[in-house]
Amino acid sequence: MVAVLQYSFRAYIPGSLDPGGFTFDNFIALLKPLYARVFLDTVWICFLTALFTLVVGYPLAYALVFASNVAVKSFILVTVVTPLFLGEVVRTYSWIIVLGNNGFINSMLLKLGLIDSPVQFMFTQFGVVVALVHVTLPVMVIMLAAALSHIDRDYQKAAESLGAGPIRTFLTVTLPLSGPGIVAGVTTAFAWTFSAFATPQLIGGGRVNMVSNLVYQLGFASFNFPFAASLCVAGLALTFVTLWLLRLAARPIEKVGLH
Amino acid sequence: MPRSPFQRFLRIVGVLVVLAILGFLILPAVVVTLAAFNDRAILSFPPQQWSWRWFAKAIEYEDFRAGFRNGAIVTIWASSIALLIGATFAFALDRYRFPFKQLIETILVSPLVIPHFTVGLGFLILAAELGMARGFLVVIVCHVVLVLPFVLRSVYVSLRNIDPRYELAAASLGASPGRVLVTITLPLLLPGLVSGWLFAAILSFNEFTASLFVTSQRTQTLPVAMYNYVREYADPSMAALSVMYIVATALLLTFANAFLGLGKVLNVERSH
Repeated sequence: MVAVLQYSFRAYIPGSLDPGGFTFDNFIALLKPLYARVFLDTVWICFLTALFTLVVGYPLAYALVFASNVAVKSFILVTVVTPLFLGEVVRTYSWIIVLGNNGFINSMLLKLGLIDSPVQFMFTQFGVVVALVHVTLPVMVIMLAAALSHIDRDYQKAAESLGAGPIRTFLTVTLPLSGPGIVAGVTTAFAWTFSAFATPQLIGGGRVNMVSNLVYQLGFASFNFPFAASLCVAGLALTFVTLWLLRLAARPIEKVGLH
Repeated sequence: MPRSPFQRFLRIVGVLVVLAILGFLILPAVVVTLAAFNDRAILSFPPQQWSWRWFAKAIEYEDFRAGFRNGAIVTIWASSIALLIGATFAFALDRYRFPFKQLIETILVSPLVIPHFTVGLGFLILAAELGMARGFLVVIVCHVVLVLPFVLRSVYVSLRNIDPRYELAAASLGASPGRVLVTITLPLLLPGLVSGWLFAAILSFNEFTASLFVTSQRTQTLPVAMYNYVREYADPSMAALSVMYIVATALLLTFANAFLGLGKVLNVERSH
């Protein structure tokens, strides 16, 4: 059993042990502007996605936890969780239909006379980010809701009884206390986005490239497995560094959360 | 609690925001459903004529059928093996102290943060180095590694929730450790095992990125077959298949929510 796991970890490293012997050439090649750009794009897309997912996910998590009606609660829960189990392909395909040139949004806008020609959503960074937010939203909501549900209600009541308005209560009590959930949600969203493949592949259509697409191209179009593997290792290192930086930046927040 | 007009206003804004977000979540599913029932092969909104023919076509399409069969084989094997390994490790991690415990735990949960394309490529290279054909074995092993963290967590949480006094009582009444395990621990653990298996099965059945790397034409799972279809054709049978997928998943989850309490499983229920 352990051997299986061990294997899977040994398998990530062969990138540097290519058939021709040990070399750093693959990693040096990564510094070429072409590849460096893909890395920068990937981090930027991950960042945007994590940010928007947080902004969109927070109200939903709040509603999920504080809704008093059980039916409303389970409706929100099932709506949020269902996409999580649908898989990347189905969801990405759905977004192609929504965003495509003959797609839902463009048809509606044309019909309403708001635009004269279809707006280009496909093959743009915007389209990719919208679909990715949809993909990461469930995880974000679950993590935020878990954090929100463990806040002692008495803190909010105390704030209110001391005369704080709803906005002030939220900003000074609820929001800081949900800090750990925000950190966990953002880091997970970031890692998931980095891992996404079908969405940038199909919606990006070769014009928005992420590391995952590059790895696939190198592996299956040019059969350069060592280089693909070194990309994976570099990507992994990048993810860990980013996540570590996020944690570091978030440490003061977590302290508040632990009170 | 008395509500000021301002609070009522905030509440209305909040409800509207939440509705808009739910709309964003549901929009693709609704649009796909519309497209699936559209009689014409080209996308158009709103559809002029309704028909079921894309559903029939999707069910009859050989690649989807083969993908479904392959997916079922991989899912059942992978989630069962993962359950066995995961439950053993969860039990060991919870009950015993041993060297490198922390390290083993980290290794076991690491597929959570490692991108799936990395795992897929890793297994592909590994299989090539060992001279293995790209058969079911590689796909199943790969899926076991990917779903293991989820099984581990699910079993671990339910192990934590078992009152150790039951086991102590059984032991003090003279039951052997084996008997305690079979008559006390395993039955109490059953919900955790079932939900762990179900979770693993759903994830494995839907896994795409790593599968794309390790499957071949002969072993491609349903998501891979769907991906290839989307790249080659544009007719709505893919939409029809998506609708079936969405309906099946939503039903399964509503069912699970009613009987198992999804909120508890996901730890989002309020504790007070």
